[in-house]
Amino acid sequence: MELDFTAIAPYLHMLLTGAKITVQASVLSVLFGSFLGIIVGALRVVPIAPVRSIAAGYIYIIRGTPLLIQLFLIYFGLPSLGLNLPAFIAGIIGLSINSSGYVGEIVRGGIEAVPKGQWEASKVLGLSYLKTMRFIILPQAIRNMLPAIGNEFVTLIKESSLLSTLAITELTMVGQQVRSVTYASFETFIVVGIIYLVLTSVTSLFLRFIERKWNVS
Amino acid sequence: MSQFQQEVTGLEISVEGNTSDSSVSHQSAIDVKGLYKSFGRLSVLEDISLSVKEGEVVSVIGPSGSGKSTLARCICRLERIDSGEIYLYGQRTDGQKHSNSDIARLVGMIFQQFNLFPHLSVLDNLTLSPMRILGLSREEAQENAMALLKRVGLEEKQNARPNQLSGGQCQRVAIARALAMSPKIMLFDEPTSALDPELVGEVLEVIAGLVDSGMTMMIITHEMMFAKEVSDRVLFMADGNIVEQGHPKKIFTSPEVPRTQIFLQRLLAHFGKELTEGEKRGECSHGA
Repeated sequence: MELDFTAIAPYLHMLLTGAKITVQASVLSVLFGSFLGIIVGALRVVPIAPVRSIAAGYIYIIRGTPLLIQLFLIYFGLPSLGLNLPAFIAGIIGLSINSSGYVGEIVRGGIEAVPKGQWEASKVLGLSYLKTMRFIILPQAIRNMLPAIGNEFVTLIKESSLLSTLAITELTMVGQQVRSVTYASFETFIVVGIIYLVLTSVTSLFLRFIERKWNVS
Repeated sequence: MSQFQQEVTGLEISVEGNTSDSSVSHQSAIDVKGLYKSFGRLSVLEDISLSVKEGEVVSVIGPSGSGKSTLARCICRLERIDSGEIYLYGQRTDGQKHSNSDIARLVGMIFQQFNLFPHLSVLDNLTLSPMRILGLSREEAQENAMALLKRVGLEEKQNARPNQLSGGQCQRVAIARALAMSPKIMLFDEPTSALDPELVGEVLEVIAGLVDSGMTMMIITHEMMFAKEVSDRVLFMADGNIVEQGHPKKIFTSPEVPRTQIFLQRLLAHFGKELTEGEKRGECSHGA
């Protein structure tokens, strides 16, 4: 068979617009997801057993169910409770919550990897639990976590393709539209795949840069 | 507040602080009464009672696992006690009534592993707590920190990271960091056990300087010669008990209890007759 990319060339700008939506959704979800994840991860290690259990349960459910089902629950399920969210908002919420479960587990691991002596030194210097967390533990934990967080960001970009099921016109959705107009399925999705690859590569490089910078300082 | 007056010599101030504190009704800096502590089924401290006077320097010696470290950790509330009472300057501190910052104003702790904050510069290691806990301004805290670094001979390392320092330098920074909180009492939990032999001397020198300044101190150590030189009193602990205590001369030259005699004889066999090798390593560097 022969590949003919000229058929989809006129639609390239549409694909790039879709990629823009993908980037927007991913960046927003990464920000909210990380913020939420750091809180969940911190709650996962507090010295209050019931709080730890709740955080553990949250992570258990989030990581144990498909993202697609979580998105459906938010977009199709919540309206039956009277909560109608625009697709894009629902998508961001779903991705963020999903990501927070994974980030939370990464954060927990990062915190637990900080030596016990750091807690003890902080305590005898008079720092409260929260101040120890904020000034001593988290800054070190985040450094430990950066590689794993980077992977999570890359994963999130790829998983944002599931937003197409909520009719959000992100890259995958646009790809389907282009395919249905041009019938050039192979070419379209090759291009779509390449665009994803560029996005994930740029993200990886950027995070590696941050990692290196953080380790030097 | 005494911290604000602390300029060049932190230690003079802490002595001042002691006398100006309204809660000091008697001379005792540390009072431990009937202390029991166990980890699970392992009993570590059994009915320990101990009193340390203000300005007194007490060394604690004894074999590994005798409960020396646990005793120090109970005093600075790193461990919860099972029963008994601990008073610091007349205030009962073993419960949860006091905040961490209350305890930190009373007692500073030096760890075998230094436990410096690796993500902060030396200067920031020293200023963090004074700024966040004592409420000093950055300028005040840095001024105090520089004075303390000068005291431990490391003022040129202010911008270094802990991983750029030798073990001895790390421990000296850790001592300066503890002093930055102007505690009234300093506890040392085997401060030189994790050090290379050639670095022990510089740390002991700094500790000896503190002794000269009149600080109340409790030093857990395997440096017998050092303990003999600087202490007002030596405690020998074994199996969770204070087996024998007294003036260093008496403990080291004419111990009365057989358990003490055996311990010291073993040390003599190990280190040579005179106990003079000040920079010899102790028998244990567990957890290093």
